[in-house]
This record gives sequence, structure tokens and C-alpha cells, in this order.
Amino acid sequence: MAERCAVVGIGQTKYARRRADVSLEGLVREAALRALEDAGIGWKDVEAIVIGKAPDALEGVMMPELSLCDALGAVGRPIHRVHTAGSVGASTAISAATLVESGRYRTVLTLGYEKQSEGNATWALGGGRSGSQGAGGSFAPWIRNYIQRSGAPEHIGWKVAVKDRLNACRNPYAHLHMPDITIEKVKESPLLWDPLHFLESCPSSDGAAAMVLTNAAGAKRAPRPPAWVIAHAKRTEFSQFPGRDTVKPAAGVDCAKALYRKAGITDPRRQIDVAELYVPFSWYEPMWLEGHLICDEGQGWKMTDAGETEIDGDFPVNPSGGVLSSNPIGASGMIRCLEAASQVRGTAGGTQVDGAKVALGHAYGGAAQYFAMWIVASEPEPTYR
Amino acid sequence: MTEEIAIIATAQTPARRRYPDSEASMLLDLTNQLLAETGLERSAVDFTIAGSCDYLSGLPFAFVSNVDGFGAWPPVYESHVEMDGAWALFEAWVRLQVGDIDVALVAGSGKSSPGTPREIFPLQTDPYVAAPLGLDPASVAGLQARALLDAGLATERDFAEVVSRSRRNGLGNPNAQVAKDVAVDRLLAAPYWASPLRKHDLPPISDGAAAVLIARGERARSLCERAVWIRGIDHRIDSHHLGLRDLTDSPSTRLAAEGVGLRDGPVDVAELCVRFSPEEIVLRRALELPDDTVVNPSGGPLCGHPVMATGLVRVIEVANRIRAGDARRGVAHAASGPALQQNLLCVLEGAS
Repeated sequence: MAERCAVVGIGQTKYARRRADVSLEGLVREAALRALEDAGIGWKDVEAIVIGKAPDALEGVMMPELSLCDALGAVGRPIHRVHTAGSVGASTAISAATLVESGRYRTVLTLGYEKQSEGNATWALGGGRSGSQGAGGSFAPWIRNYIQRSGAPEHIGWKVAVKDRLNACRNPYAHLHMPDITIEKVKESPLLWDPLHFLESCPSSDGAAAMVLTNAAGAKRAPRPPAWVIAHAKRTEFSQFPGRDTVKPAAGVDCAKALYRKAGITDPRRQIDVAELYVPFSWYEPMWLEGHLICDEGQGWKMTDAGETEIDGDFPVNPSGGVLSSNPIGASGMIRCLEAASQVRGTAGGTQVDGAKVALGHAYGGAAQYFAMWIVASEPEPTYR
Repeated sequence: MTEEIAIIATAQTPARRRYPDSEASMLLDLTNQLLAETGLERSAVDFTIAGSCDYLSGLPFAFVSNVDGFGAWPPVYESHVEMDGAWALFEAWVRLQVGDIDVALVAGSGKSSPGTPREIFPLQTDPYVAAPLGLDPASVAGLQARALLDAGLATERDFAEVVSRSRRNGLGNPNAQVAKDVAVDRLLAAPYWASPLRKHDLPPISDGAAAVLIARGERARSLCERAVWIRGIDHRIDSHHLGLRDLTDSPSTRLAAEGVGLRDGPVDVAELCVRFSPEEIVLRRALELPDDTVVNPSGGPLCGHPVMATGLVRVIEVANRIRAGDARRGVAHAASGPALQQNLLCVLEGAS
């Protein structure tokens, strides 16, 4: 029988280019302890642990749940490890939510991390081949295709880059704090993969992010407001095949449809108060606004251009600063999910969107072929606008 | 109350030293077999989940290609664990318990042939202290074997008896990679490999894959005449630090046995993930198996060890025996990590 699931604890590390001050154990434990503290529980209350990260090759540690289990209080308990490429952080949160919803476990600790400074992310992201084109190189042709299809002006990408970096200045955990970033600076930064400039790309970060998920009884006991998991959805499609729409992948459309249907959302743009979308390269903001049916095709860049996705806009996207400001890959999707939860709990501090009651957390991965999304709300049965 | 969920079809490749084709092609064959057996369309599978390991092929994101094998078009609801397929089964079983979907496809696949396992697996150990030492699984198993000998809990003859029986059982298993009838005394005459282990105490290096379809309650009954019911799955882990562990025991296995209610009924058959012969001694003690339990009738991993599928194969071997009427209730065991660090148990039962 299905149980309700709620987020009652959130913990993040400071994200940075290199967290040389902590080991892998130290890194994950920093986030886990903060999540437990926020939830007002101890290790003994955790019944299962679900962790996620991107390829093991990023740190050179194979099946790291084995060597991290002591640091995560997992000895004598179940520890489960998810890996779904870039979407992994959100997939991990969803797997953990399932453990609670099934009634199997009352309280679950879920955590995503990456310590990219331990290895060479661009090498690993290129499938372990030398001379990798990197993730940006894979996505750039599809971004160009989007621009061609939508007729978007070139400054849209620069605008997203500036907005997310300015939002990050309100987030103490963000890796990049660039208070003096401007459109001009983005435009003049080196062109990496046409049309993407250096400042339109995500950084490579070390960091971990954790959540405590629990059932309705656990949510009642929690010292701080819960974020109720209203719905979640995942979809996957092949990396490549003739006729594949790489700009608006069918898996992304299906995932959004399934998510909104389960949540009872009929008008996402009006009924979702704030979205944390996985935007590792600036142009993915308008692309996912369209790709996840938040607006009609060709309208995404107009929302960005009109300032609607700014923190005080009509549809705020990535008030935390997003992946463009912090990207420990295996945690990035988890961060989107927990920032969404933080918004509806009213605990987002300087990045809080006024009156946020319903929020979307999202991640994608692989060749824009893995999608994982969730809707969280301040009430277990939200009434939509 | 746990929802009734059953295994409705199973498929596995034989374990082989090397498959020339990709993991995806093995998974495609298995998926097609399962769909053909049940008469289901791909679209009738509500959830798909697989276990595999990037490191085996030395290719980050290797699992991404595997979705080609599952048929991810139109897009599917899917996930992946970087664990043995038995853990994918755990997640699928939990997922079906939510009660909104009915059918799941679960797979595990691995190809050890592209690399050198004894050089790769030390990367499982703590990266700061242990990994630089290159402590490979056979060496850790040797330490475990030595602990058993020193504690007077086993003799080298006991290890050889496990091997002799397993490899003999393998003769009846068409999926076995290594199988033969060898007397214990002949095994004991072999030189040491990782003392006190001899080479025959180690599993073969294998490629292979396994997959099952599971379904909920009425759906399972309508799709399969002899559904095999999953009565419980639990998995637990022990400390990673060998110095903190009593290697002669497996507390995580004991906890999992309690979690699945192993002793709430007879255990006709047990398929244990015995990758190194002394592990059987440790597991038998931890599981407190009755004397009449048949252990590893397939021969177990000593006859074929397709990493990332080995645990799921144990589940399949138990399920197939129950389905064939050779057993009524049984337990499958999967393991991960050095010296049986992480253990999963799945209790299966035929129709009541």
C-alpha cells in the first residue's frame, strides 16, 4: 500500500573547485550530518541509505558504497547505489522516495556526491576516450538546432548565464560567486563550443547533497516543515536513432506528461511556483521550458528574455544558481530536487521565492536521453492556482 | 502488508570466458526471450531496471548502451544500479509494492573479458589506504580462509569439498562455464594460488547476463501458471575495514536472514554467491541452514561468475527449481565487496 513521502531534512556541503580539506568520506558525511540535523534525527533513525553518483571513473573508486558505508552510518543496514548518468541525483532521490512510498522503510537517507577534483571529468564524460569533446561538445549542435528552429537571438544564452550566477550570490553553498558578471563578460569569454562561451558552461565541482525522506508519521514528528513529494517520473530513450528529436526529446516530453498527470497539474506554467531545472549549459533553460511543456514551442526563449525566469519573475528558474553555478555531477540532480523542496518548506533563505507552494526538481543525463523529475509541495494535497 | 509479487519468467546466458558481442546484445536476446515466453509486448512492461558496472569494460557510461538491449523506444520508465542485478530486483520489488504498476523487467549483465579483474577490483577498496596496495579479491578471500583455519572453523579439506561438490553439480548445469568431477584428494594436491587458497578455490572469469520479469498479484497469476513468489528481499552491509570485521562471520547476512524471515519455513534449496570456496563455510554458519538444504545445485559462482549478474543468476536458479517442482521454498544470496562485505537474500516460494 502506498505511503506518502516527505522531505524533512536537507544537507549540502559548500561546493568548490576542490574540497582538499575533506576525504570522500568527509565530504559525504558533511552533507549527511546536516540533513540529519535538519530532520532532527540521528543515525539510528535511518533505516536505509540510497546513494547516487555519476561514473565511478570520476574518482577512480569502484562501487563506492562499499568504502563509504561506514561514513554514512550504513553498517548493518541496506545501502543502495543508483547510476543514471547526469540525471542520477534526481533518480536517486526518486529511488529513495520509492522505498518510503512502498511502506518498506519509514525513514531513508539519500545522498548524491561527486569529488571531481580527484580525476578528470572531461575525460570521463567523453566515455573514457582521450581527446574528448566534453559534454558541451555533445550538446552544442543540438543547441544550434534549437536556435535555428526557434529563431532565438544569441543573447538568450548570455542572459541565462548572468541570471543564474547572480542568483548564486544569494546561495552560500554555490561554487561560483560572480557578483560582477555581465552580459558583456559572458559574450567576451572564450567560445568553447559554438554557441557556448566559457561563462555559459557549468563548473566542475566537489560536493555532496543529502535529504532525509520519511512517511507521513515521520513528517508529523519533524521539527521543521516538510516538503511533500506529490509526484515523480522518469523516462529513458535510446542515445541515437534516425529521426530522434535531440532538441525536444520524446523521453523528456513523456516524462513531463507523466509527472503532471500524477500530480494533477494541468497548467504547469501557472501551477508550479518555482522550478529547479538541470541547466549545465545556458541554452538548456529555454530548451527545457519547451521540452517539458512549461510553455509552447518557440516560447521558452521569450520567457527568459522577458525576465520571467528571474527570482522575482512569473516563473522563477534556478533561484539557487543552478548547475551553472555548482556542478558536482552526481549531486547536481539531487540539488535540484532538494532546492525545490527547500522552496516549498520556506527554508531557502536568500534564494527564497515568495509564497512558493509547489516546486519542480528536474535532471537529465546521457545524450539528453535520461529524465528524472519530481513535484514537491508545502501541502500533501496541494490546491493549484 | 507486503504486496504479493512473483517471478513470472527467467532468462540467462551461459557463463563464458568471453562473449564477442556487446552487453546490449546479450540483454536484447534475454529481453526477447522473456517477452516471447510471457507473450507480453514491450509496452506492457511498466518499469525496467538493470545492474551493471562501468569499470568492467573500462568505459564510463557503459550502461547507457545497454538500454539499446531493453528496447527503450518509445521511451521507457527505467533505472539503473551500479550493483549486481539482484539489487535491481530489490528495487523493482519495492517499486511494485507501491501498487500503481504491475510488471517489471530486471536485468544484470557484466563482461569481465575486456579487462583484468584482479587489477580492477582493488579499486573497490578504500582509495586512500587499501587501494594503493592492490589488494585483489583472491587475496582478501585468502585472508578470510586463513581466519577460518586459525579459528578452527574449517580445514583446507572443507574448502576442497565445496569445490568438488560445486564443480560436480555444474555438470548438470548447461550454463556452467567450468564443471568436472574431481576428487577432493586431487584438489588438495594442487599448489597454492593465494595461500591457503588454490586456484580451484577461485571462480572462473566470466561474461554473461541474466534477466527476469516480475509481476504483482493477479497479474502474475494471469501471466504465468507457475509463478514463483518473492516472500522477502533484504540486504545489509558490513564495515568496509577488514580490521573491524570478524572474517569468519557475516553479521550482514544474519541481519538479512532475519529481515526475510528465512527460518519461518523450510529451506529446500539455497543458491549462495560463493565466489571463493571458504565463503560457503561463512555463509552456511551465518544462515544456519538446516542439514537437508541443498546448497548450490547449479554449481554456483565457482562454475560461472558473470559479475553483476551472478547474484541475479542465484535468484533464477532457485526460482527455476521451485517452478520445476524440485523445491517448495528456497533462498537466493547475492554478495558484493571484498570478503562478503555486502549481502542480499531473497526468499522464494511456490504457490501455496
